[in-house]
Amino acid sequence: MARGEELWQTPRGPARVTLATCDLGLGPGVLRAAYASLPRYFADADAVMDFESRLVYCMVSIQGFARDDLMAKPFSERGARQTELEVLTAYAAAQSRGAIIDVPQRARQERESYARGRALFYRRAGPYDFACATCHSADQRRIRLQELPNLTRAEGARSAFAHWPAYRISQGAVRTMQWRLTDCVRQQRLPELLFGSQATIDLITYLGVLAQGGAMDAPSLRR
Amino acid sequence: MRTRQIVSLIVLALAGCATAHDEGVEAVDLAPIIQSSFRARGQAGLDRLKQTEMQRLCSSAQAHALPADQKQRLQRQALEGVRYPDDERWLGDWKRGEQIAQSGAGMQYSDKPEAPRGGNCYACHQLSAAEIAFGTIGPSLYRYLERNDRGVESMRRTWTQIWNSHAFNACSLMPRFGDAGILTPDQIRDLMALLFDPASPVNR
Repeated sequence: MARGEELWQTPRGPARVTLATCDLGLGPGVLRAAYASLPRYFADADAVMDFESRLVYCMVSIQGFARDDLMAKPFSERGARQTELEVLTAYAAAQSRGAIIDVPQRARQERESYARGRALFYRRAGPYDFACATCHSADQRRIRLQELPNLTRAEGARSAFAHWPAYRISQGAVRTMQWRLTDCVRQQRLPELLFGSQATIDLITYLGVLAQGGAMDAPSLRR
Repeated sequence: MRTRQIVSLIVLALAGCATAHDEGVEAVDLAPIIQSSFRARGQAGLDRLKQTEMQRLCSSAQAHALPADQKQRLQRQALEGVRYPDDERWLGDWKRGEQIAQSGAGMQYSDKPEAPRGGNCYACHQLSAAEIAFGTIGPSLYRYLERNDRGVESMRRTWTQIWNSHAFNACSLMPRFGDAGILTPDQIRDLMALLFDPASPVNR
């Protein structure tokens, strides 16, 4: 967390500036509660962005980092040092602890993102015919002993949205919402879901809108 | 009276359309997003994203409420694709079956393609009493022989269920272990033994 704060506040990148002017949707430099209101539509990028894609956008447009470099390795290997994106994400999410989840649906692009996210959630594919909904659309189900949140209801969606990023004990590392999605999709036997892809953003929008009204509680501790 | 019935049928039909539209699952074109959001990795190629007709029809929050004709078609197609053991040898070794039921390995891009695959049955089903880490997405199969006899019809039904459960239940959540080539016929025989052998821990 301290490393995240330092990374956020240190002048970095080819432009030698901090992320202090990064607009996460609540105005330049406003971190408090910003994570709780993402994904949202950003006119400057003409795109709906979740926190992690917005962070990349800021690091590229403000600090001058190369997008391809940032996207190449967003998640750390097990046991290795956390990536800058992970550390910055954990730090920013912590500034939203206690904030009420409020993912907007005012812009047409935000509503379209939700509709696609919902359709993706129910989309079955691959040799196992799995969709997100296969495991996450009924109450009180579990895989082995692991309880599965029903992500189609506010209670389950709030719990899932509120607790990421998380320190994942089984991984020995801080993991982000983007990582969580790619790991779910791996277990669905599908190809690799790309970091920052439209599908990830749309799924997070769907989850975030259903989680409306919950209180952020990240970074948390997860099995 | 007749007119009234027709009117109420039309109202019902329109209500059905309105629901489907509001839910918006079928109306959304995901093709461009699917195209841009994945990359092939290991054994998981991009071909896995292409949907079969069954997968498309079952990709809805209302999949359980598919029209009867579609449901019957999916079930008939599933049943027609089942390959049964030609020698009527239904049962293998329950000990190997238990290992297959325990293992969740197989077909993830993080798995070795040449390594033996599991059925991961315990992820969703209770089987042996000794294994308490079982999931609850599927029904308990503990004491299977209390609810199923060892006759050919019963074995055939269970084989079909493992091969392609959509034969009985269109849009079932259970993977098509035989139909999709996840498990080999020999592995399915071992799972059959886990369920049907009186000496199997499932039945003791």
